[in-house]
Amino acid sequence: MTSVAVIGAGVAGLTVATVLAERGAEVVVVDRSPGLGPDQCSWYAGGMLAPWCEQENAEAEIVVLGQGAADFWAVRTPGVVRRGSLVIAPARDSRELRRFARRTENYEWLDRDGIDALEPALEGRFARALFFREEAHLDPRRALAALAARLTAAGCELRYGEETAPEAEWTVDCRGLAAAADLPELRGVKGEMLYISSRDVVLTRTIRLVHPRIPIYLVPRGDGIYMLGATSIENDERQRVTARSLVELLSAVYALHPAFGEAEVIETGAEARPAFPDNLPRLVCNGRRLHVNGLYRHGFLLAPAMAARAADIVLGKGAEP
Amino acid sequence: MDFYGFKTSSRLFLGTAQYPSPAVLEAAIRASGADIVTVSLRRESGAARAGQGFWDLIRSLGVRVLPNTAGCHSVREAVTTAEMAREVFETDWIKLEVIGEDDTLQPDVFGLVEAARILTDSGFRVFPYTTEDLVVAERLLQAGCEVLMPWGAPIGSGRGLNNVFALRAMRAHFPDVPLVVDAGIGLPSHAAAAMELGYDAVLLNTAVARAGNPAQMAAAFAQAVAAGRAAREADPMEPRDMAEPSTPVIGQAVLGDA
Repeated sequence: MTSVAVIGAGVAGLTVATVLAERGAEVVVVDRSPGLGPDQCSWYAGGMLAPWCEQENAEAEIVVLGQGAADFWAVRTPGVVRRGSLVIAPARDSRELRRFARRTENYEWLDRDGIDALEPALEGRFARALFFREEAHLDPRRALAALAARLTAAGCELRYGEETAPEAEWTVDCRGLAAAADLPELRGVKGEMLYISSRDVVLTRTIRLVHPRIPIYLVPRGDGIYMLGATSIENDERQRVTARSLVELLSAVYALHPAFGEAEVIETGAEARPAFPDNLPRLVCNGRRLHVNGLYRHGFLLAPAMAARAADIVLGKGAEP
Repeated sequence: MDFYGFKTSSRLFLGTAQYPSPAVLEAAIRASGADIVTVSLRRESGAARAGQGFWDLIRSLGVRVLPNTAGCHSVREAVTTAEMAREVFETDWIKLEVIGEDDTLQPDVFGLVEAARILTDSGFRVFPYTTEDLVVAERLLQAGCEVLMPWGAPIGSGRGLNNVFALRAMRAHFPDVPLVVDAGIGLPSHAAAAMELGYDAVLLNTAVARAGNPAQMAAAFAQAVAAGRAAREADPMEPRDMAEPSTPVIGQAVLGDA
């Protein structure tokens, strides 16, 4: 049995540990934070499993890497919602919607009736939309907790508050931006987000509002709670949510539905996403230390494929469960 | 071409915002041939100059950096941002933007002139983002600017040259001042038109960054800028109201089934 130490219990680390454990490795996970929570970048993720939408502003490889993600999560965690993504634009930005359509694939055009049938709360508000039927989303916090519980149940050890990896045949480094000293090309891209709670507006799937300056997405978490994201700013600042970003995000969600004006802001958050210059994830092997990093805005979407590739390197391709 | 003593081989300045990734940005800069790129600092700097990673990446490209004050709405913000830019990029160049109106991102020309004076007095080489107003242009020159950058159209609108008459007048009024069309360029044909008017360079960002293939669009702009410049130097013909045959017709046989 191959022994593996995984450093970092964010989405990359827990997914890698899960796949390794499923393929028979003996896995210990360490994380410097006190537990699953706000010290981790993954805590602030949207949890969209939307490979085709992401193509609008990312390399085509995202689609290849991300297609299996919804299946991976649905088998292992509760709360994967497979209701597709709806991409809409205010009337004056309809050109942005056409642009979005040109850059993506695997969608259908909806008219007003089609939109109203899918999301009655939006009735009469938008004339056209793109519907990405095969996309899904999940609740990142529940998903991370579920993976951690599965690992513990399978006999793997999770050590919080520890930074040093124990002795093992392999070390898989999933520290995100904390590994920047070892990975000089890695940089932080700040993202800010909010949680809001609305009794008035019921939306059941991920909604993306396209806009030339302030594109937003809204991911339902159930019980009237929505995650609203996200900015993308070229710096590595963590935890500082600016007034401007809040104004922009909230104005955009107000444009989506004015009743969100009465929503309660229940949480704001900011983190720096780890990214390489091409904004694609990488496996970097240094002897028997393997880095899995650079998941950028696509943590939950790309972690399963990256974990499978990491396991292929650590255990050899033939090692199936 | 020479801007504040810096000799540039390209008449295309490229902005560095909004690209899908830094790798795509780098490819676009290479394809554009630009050796001057603009970088914004206001929002990226955060509380403690947190944008270092991205700025290092820009610096590593070996091009001349023209930091800008994008996102600044007051003289004070613009001056503070310029001072930070001078430290971060070790340059006295600053592209000065003082935004006066949020829908059009139109410059506040009064604040612009004031900020330009403060900055040139403290040693900056100012590239002011302005309108095509001749009086404002004159005041900017009086404030110490040696380059003027009038807009073609609102930032990011891609509408091309909205006021060709005024841009032509500006060129005629300031024959010896380096003039750069900044903002509003959407297509290579717009860039070529600016160069044909006699502008010394064009500055653009969104048209390349938001193209489906930024590097390919950057190359297209490089060709358009070169074509427009070459056309200007070649002394183009004047348009006429009447047709004037390019070959003589007198004495020529008339062919047909007579």
